[in-house]
Amino acid sequence: SITGACRAIQKLTRVRVVDNSALGNTPYHRPPKCIHVYNKTGVGKVGDRILLAIKGEKKKALIVGHKMPGPTMTPRFDSNNVVLIEDNGNPIGTRIKTPIPYILRQKGEFSKVLAIARNFV
Amino acid sequence: FSCSGYRINSDGKPEKFQPPPKPVIVDKQKQREERRFLSPEFIPPRGRTDPLKFYIERKDMIQRRKVFNIPEFYVGSVLAVTTADPYANEKTNRFVGICIQRGGKGLGATFVLRNVIEDQGVEVCYELYNPRIQAIEVLKLEKRLDDNLMYLRDALPEYSTFDMNMKPVSRLDHEEIPVNKLQVRMKPKPWSKRWERPKYNVKGIKFELPEKKMKEAQKWSQPWLEFDMLREYDTSKIEEKIWKEVSEELKK
Repeated sequence: SITGACRAIQKLTRVRVVDNSALGNTPYHRPPKCIHVYNKTGVGKVGDRILLAIKGEKKKALIVGHKMPGPTMTPRFDSNNVVLIEDNGNPIGTRIKTPIPYILRQKGEFSKVLAIARNFV
Repeated sequence: FSCSGYRINSDGKPEKFQPPPKPVIVDKQKQREERRFLSPEFIPPRGRTDPLKFYIERKDMIQRRKVFNIPEFYVGSVLAVTTADPYANEKTNRFVGICIQRGGKGLGATFVLRNVIEDQGVEVCYELYNPRIQAIEVLKLEKRLDDNLMYLRDALPEYSTFDMNMKPVSRLDHEEIPVNKLQVRMKPKPWSKRWERPKYNVKGIKFELPEKKMKEAQKWSQPWLEFDMLREYDTSKIEEKIWKEVSEELKK
């Protein structure tokens, strides 16, 4: 049996890749896991960058939603969602179908990710 | 056609004109006044705090309600909330969802709305008295069998999906609030909480578990809890007083 989904994102949490990139959507016998959080605390919230291990490769990713309840008026998702990203901040996929919280606009470095998002919450 | 004046009675004399019976007017105003709704966050929690604190809080709540209309709703009704968001286009953010929980007392009262958008379940916890909220619309007013619909997280997603552009369902003013006796089907176990246990007292789930599991769950029942006198908190008299106070203030 497996442990339940982790609430916020830290090392070794399984995440769900939400964009339509080939790396995120091809099936593999191991789910994508977080191996490092680029944060002073090891806990990743919405808008934090993390290092993901997918299909035997290391890739950076951006957290777009987690199961942990955040500040009031912010949405809480039923799964830990993540968007694959390059080192300079460019997203790898071309479309994001799942809803993205508006809070991401606060940090100005993710404008390219927000440009490919379809729904906002 | 026949006229009553021309009709001949059994006596042989013409019948006197009988006016038609007066229509019975049922005064719906009185029926409406019998139903009172006091929002649950007005009722103070049981404790040793000074009632003055709750009185001042109620004054502030009434002040806010005079400026902004907070409609009557229950757990299980579908609401649409528009909030002011500095990071959204047009600075407003509209969210439609079913209310799964109402918590908190006083000015910190919250309600959680749940919806499934593009196969992703989203829940937002809103504060009733937050000035960022611009409008609360009740799209469908109804009650459910439970006070807490947290089990919808483990139910099939079709029970939590509501269209974002849903039209409000019209209902007459004096009708009683309908109770939706829907029994929800669940995803396969494991669930986030063991909803079959009597502690949660959930009536709105159609359990498809074997009889053995249901009997095993009853092992955790605590039948002495309902007879525990120290846990009793009778709110009827407090509600009466607060209802009178609140309705008087709001009419001014």
